[in-house]
Amino acid sequence: MDWGNILELSLRELVGVQAIVFALAAIGINVQFGYTGLLNFGQAAFAAVGGYGVAVIVTTYGWSFWLGLVVAVAAAVVLALLLGVPTLRLRADYLAIVTIAASEIVRLVGRSAWGRDVFGGSDGITGFSSAFYDLNPFTEPLELGPFEFRERVLWVLAVGWALVAICTLVVWLLMRSPWGRVLKAIREDEDAVRSLGKNVYAYKMQSLVIGGVMGAFAGIVYSLFQGAMQPDVYATNFTFFAYAILILGGAATVFGPVLGAAIIWFSFQFIDLALRGAIGEGYIPDWLMDSNDTGAVRFMLTGVVLVLLLVFRPQGILGDRREIALDAR
Amino acid sequence: MPADDLTPSASLTAKREAAVAALADVPREPGAKKPDPILVADDVKRHFGGLLAVDVDHVEIQRGSITALIGPNGAGKTTFFNLLTGFDRANSGSWSFNGRSLHGTPPFKVARAGMVRTFQLTKALSKLTVIQNMRLGATGQRGESFWRAMLPFTWRAQETAITERAEELLARFKLDTKRDDFAGSLSGGQRKLLEMARALMVEPELVMLDEPMAGVNPALTQSLLQHVSNLREQGMTVLFVEHDMDMVRDIADWVVVMGQGKILAEGPPETVMSDHKVIDAYLGAHHDQSLAELEQELEAGTLTEEEPAAAETGDGR
Amino acid sequence: MQKLARCLGALLAVLAAVLLAAPTAAAQGSGETIHGTLTYQDAPVAGVTITVSSADGDEIGTAQTAADGTWEVPVPGPGDYTVVLDAATLPSTAPGVARDTIETTVNPQQRKVVLFRVGAPEGGGDQPSPSATSPSEGGEEEGQAPGEGSAEAEAGEDITATAGNNQLLQLFVSGIRFGLILGLAGLGLSLVFGTTGLTNFAHGELIVFGAVAALLMNQAGVPILLAALLATLLSAVFGWGQDRGFWRPLRKKPTGLIALMIISIGVSLFLRYLTQFIIGGGRETYDQYTYQSPVSIGPLSITPRDLIIMGICVVLLAAVALALTRTRIGKATRAVADNPALAAASGINVDRVITVVWTVGTALAGLSGIFFGMIQGVDYLMGMRILLLVFAATVLGGLGTAWGAMVGALVVGVFIEVSAYVVPSELKTAGVLVVLILILLVRPQGILGRRERVG
Repeated sequence: MDWGNILELSLRELVGVQAIVFALAAIGINVQFGYTGLLNFGQAAFAAVGGYGVAVIVTTYGWSFWLGLVVAVAAAVVLALLLGVPTLRLRADYLAIVTIAASEIVRLVGRSAWGRDVFGGSDGITGFSSAFYDLNPFTEPLELGPFEFRERVLWVLAVGWALVAICTLVVWLLMRSPWGRVLKAIREDEDAVRSLGKNVYAYKMQSLVIGGVMGAFAGIVYSLFQGAMQPDVYATNFTFFAYAILILGGAATVFGPVLGAAIIWFSFQFIDLALRGAIGEGYIPDWLMDSNDTGAVRFMLTGVVLVLLLVFRPQGILGDRREIALDAR
Repeated sequence: MPADDLTPSASLTAKREAAVAALADVPREPGAKKPDPILVADDVKRHFGGLLAVDVDHVEIQRGSITALIGPNGAGKTTFFNLLTGFDRANSGSWSFNGRSLHGTPPFKVARAGMVRTFQLTKALSKLTVIQNMRLGATGQRGESFWRAMLPFTWRAQETAITERAEELLARFKLDTKRDDFAGSLSGGQRKLLEMARALMVEPELVMLDEPMAGVNPALTQSLLQHVSNLREQGMTVLFVEHDMDMVRDIADWVVVMGQGKILAEGPPETVMSDHKVIDAYLGAHHDQSLAELEQELEAGTLTEEEPAAAETGDGR
Repeated sequence: MQKLARCLGALLAVLAAVLLAAPTAAAQGSGETIHGTLTYQDAPVAGVTITVSSADGDEIGTAQTAADGTWEVPVPGPGDYTVVLDAATLPSTAPGVARDTIETTVNPQQRKVVLFRVGAPEGGGDQPSPSATSPSEGGEEEGQAPGEGSAEAEAGEDITATAGNNQLLQLFVSGIRFGLILGLAGLGLSLVFGTTGLTNFAHGELIVFGAVAALLMNQAGVPILLAALLATLLSAVFGWGQDRGFWRPLRKKPTGLIALMIISIGVSLFLRYLTQFIIGGGRETYDQYTYQSPVSIGPLSITPRDLIIMGICVVLLAAVALALTRTRIGKATRAVADNPALAAASGINVDRVITVVWTVGTALAGLSGIFFGMIQGVDYLMGMRILLLVFAATVLGGLGTAWGAMVGALVVGVFIEVSAYVVPSELKTAGVLVVLILILLVRPQGILGRRERVG
């Protein structure tokens, strides 16, 4: 087994596109769940809507890429309003169920033959990313020690990490303001906040919208990177992953989602390559596992990590243990 | 506020005398008209399935007074509170605050109108510090708008002013030493104090306290009572729900008795406590026992019927 | 860099594998066709002759299966067709075919899938290797039908057999059957929510547990009926163990309900992919009761198996309802659901009640999984698919009430099947979920739920 190679490939994931995509999705969930206590289990739908926004406008209708971006964000806002209006007045678990249902609705409609003319069916949509890559200022690959990044990837990484930085900055600014204080108070007890004259419903809606728009950014970045918008990328697992990342990094912390995303994708790549290596070298017998099973093992590990974190370190890496202890009331 | 306000002798102040005098000529009967009502409710009804939980024909709350709302468990006191403050919807009826109709008004607008409530189960915001809890209470904050929140220079000055006001209040409620502790780390009594202080940050005209003394250790009750009387001294009107008759007698200017959703009796504490209807409502067949003993039994009954249940399930269910 | 692509590719690949067995296919042109893939023990079977004739006996066309086992016969338009496999052309390695004649109905613009089972019935189609393909390069570009493909396979299977009958009535009965099994599946979720407040996202995997336990025993040679019984008992033990060994200790710790909900997501991910690890990404079937000829009852035609399943469901649901109202433990359960603290104060052993709920709920979920498995086959994603419908059913009925769960399940079952009459069948699930959201708008507490007190 070539440990150097494995390590090198895994380290790339620390700053890779997957880390960006899931960091964006998790920052959104952090605003909604971490700070406001809203259980949005439909972040995949927001990402899908973002990806479709660009893809449909550019490929299906042949309009401009910039309009596509506007439509993508607007679609996420509309989706948040649609989901929020019926559920934000209800108990937390209703929002959870409605949002997870919505994410499946978006995916099923997106991949259906019925909507194929617009959404491209299960094959999805391609051919919308050229306007984005035309803007690419990088003309040659970048070499950093053992790492080499191609121009195309470099451009996605630059734009992606800029977006992550902007979203993190916005969250940082918001959460130290009185606005963020209202959000955190709603998480603790919304009736108390109502009794103090705050329009809780409006704040929850704002939180849902902002988190959803960040989810849409995730979808836009990923579909531009792939050059394709495929509905099945945005299954419920997408959302669950983002939750795992957020909880690993630390919910209600500014840098938690980013740290969590980088660590999780590094570990995934590392575990996957190490397992494949071990199978290839015969350290793991075939009757137990072949290289096709590494995907399943990775998901199993995600599940175990999620459970162990919540049981033994619910505050994640960056969170404050004292805050969690207060839940014991 | 001067510290001597907190001494027990403050209970017979000019404001109290004024409040008692204003109510002197009011007839001792349910639905009595008051000389200067701040809150007027008419025909308020609330059904839960077949049960008529609240059925109030008419009630008025005198401005500048401390009014106690008493009644046995299940009398509909908390539900009536919920209806008045918009936390629950009445099936019918109307009520107005300062002449402004509040029927169908959401809770946050009720609070902004100047009618602020606390809860029977204290709602301290655990993961916010004491000072953050206080700051949250201030209304009209510029930094609470989404766009301005990202521009700290637009709200920093206001925030400083709010913090000063909050610190004054904390000092008055003797919570200044806890300023930067998480509210979740406070004792039950301190949470009650914090909740009251936080409600004052809204600068209300009418403060509605839902069992302010419940679950507070006896050492703290006197100081809590003092804080409640002080609200009147500062020109606020107080409406509070309470079980303990002794406390009611100490501070209330007027008592409204509820039973099975209706207003049974009204009057000054001494009059009401000798009223037969009240004794019947409270005691049922047990006329011979003393009121205090029965109170205790009722309290015990309350504990098994309402509080632990709400404590266990209050969070998500 | 390709990690995400890979794992999502795996998902897609598995979906596609499931979907190869689904009768609904994307309309890829205007022309209707009937097609399928012939496999035996996971290997394609080539050179077999398949003939399609119209309802009145005219031969429409013939096809030979290709090297990859696929075949296709274009048909002139929507209508009823008979598809016949010429068993004589099967290679000597294949023992025979379960049913050599299949009647089917082709809807407008449909590419209808018809599958023949060679020898001992096996999972559908070649299984694309999970995780080896990325979405952009995968060989499953033609993955046609949506995620709930197997639900459609099942509906399609029965409905094709009844061409010419009153389709709406048939769909309605299908819906009742689906709803009854869903009711069985959802009881545990609803009761656990009622007694502990936990919205258990791993409940879908409890359904899969029963199905997979039965499958593994069945594959080891245990007859399916015995395997079903054992698997149900094993489910009960699994539920008991899960509560005692996992959830109860967590309840004793200061863990919030929302944290518990996310823990259940972790449990769900673990169990789901453990299932994939064990049975693979394809769809497996039991060796008996997978296909039966329907019998006619009046205008209906229904398989004896389905009648028996429906009977068992009705009996069990009634038993649970009776137990809840008549027995001590049932009354205790309702008391705990109503108010755990008060129940504890009146001497009810709340922990014991919760353990019983977990045990019975998991057993019923496991049994429902076996029924779903008989009808649709077993695959590792079935839990997530069914879970969403169970959620819809319980929310519709009112979270936490047993009656609500049953009523909601019937409504969802009937709706999902009957809606196939108007909605493209691949959008059935989406349709149910939309209706769920609309109902929440009007009646947030569900059909039978109560509003709760504030403050």
